[in-house]
Amino acid sequence: MTSIWIGIGVLTVGAYLLKLLGFTVLDLARLPEPLADLARLLPIALFAALVVITTVTAGQHITIDARLAGVTVAGIAAWRKAPFLIVVLAAMIVTGAIRALT
Amino acid sequence: MPDTSYRRDGFALSAAVGVVGVTFGVFASTSGLTLLQAMALSGLTFTGASQFAFVTVIAAHGTAIAATLGALTLAVRNSLYGPALTDHLSVGGWRRLATAQFIIDETTAMTLAHPEHPRRSFWWTAIWLYSLWNIGTLLGHVGASQLGDPAGLGLDAAFPAAFLAMLIPLLRSRRIILVAVTAVVVAVASVPFVPAGIPILLASLGVLAGRGMSR
Repeated sequence: MTSIWIGIGVLTVGAYLLKLLGFTVLDLARLPEPLADLARLLPIALFAALVVITTVTAGQHITIDARLAGVTVAGIAAWRKAPFLIVVLAAMIVTGAIRALT
Repeated sequence: MPDTSYRRDGFALSAAVGVVGVTFGVFASTSGLTLLQAMALSGLTFTGASQFAFVTVIAAHGTAIAATLGALTLAVRNSLYGPALTDHLSVGGWRRLATAQFIIDETTAMTLAHPEHPRRSFWWTAIWLYSLWNIGTLLGHVGASQLGDPAGLGLDAAFPAAFLAMLIPLLRSRRIILVAVTAVVVAVASVPFVPAGIPILLASLGVLAGRGMSR
């Protein structure tokens, strides 16, 4: 019981320091330009991976299921400049409908 | 008319995340965490992927040390968002300390997706998301026995769809697209070999594909 609380405490402080680290020590204004230029691209790399990993994996396995159809439809909607809310709802409706029908 | 789409978008994203918060609350409860522990994770730690990772290890009767180390590794992701945000949210002193706590996937994406109002987008999303994530956790933990699995509603597809919607407008050059594609390849290829969550960290190597290319 106590060990869980210690874990939560360490995680909370550690997670905050990690957030702070990137936002202070790695301030783009302080980095040499070639490095700052790549650091600017980090969110792109992480978001692209986040989208695909949360769409086609379950734990340590690649799993193709209804999510892929929902997110593909959402991607087309986003590419056609549909509003954010429509994109998200489209993904939910398509994914939910496929699950309900199969 | 000033563009206030960040309000609608930030709220919609926060609402979806709030439902995921319910899932987290249910999961924490069924894994044996007390309400106070679940609320400490959502209210103080405040970084979803790490929270789920922590509880997953506890649920599998792993040690608190293993749970903490695994969750901390995933939290490295937030430190990789900081540099890009310093371009948009230049603040000093205590404001910088307060801003840092709210640097997570969603606030970063919403800020980059609305570069005309970066600060407002960041804080609007941070405040709604923090509130709804915590309310969701509370409801989930308290009502754990009555609530079903929200995945059936297709909610698990909402999260990648939301990030895809924010990512697509940022894919403005061949260089950026190359970085995104490389990141995806690295992440997917590593899935069978590393614990869940780590492939997204490894994807950061994708930026190296943009080395030496003109912007």
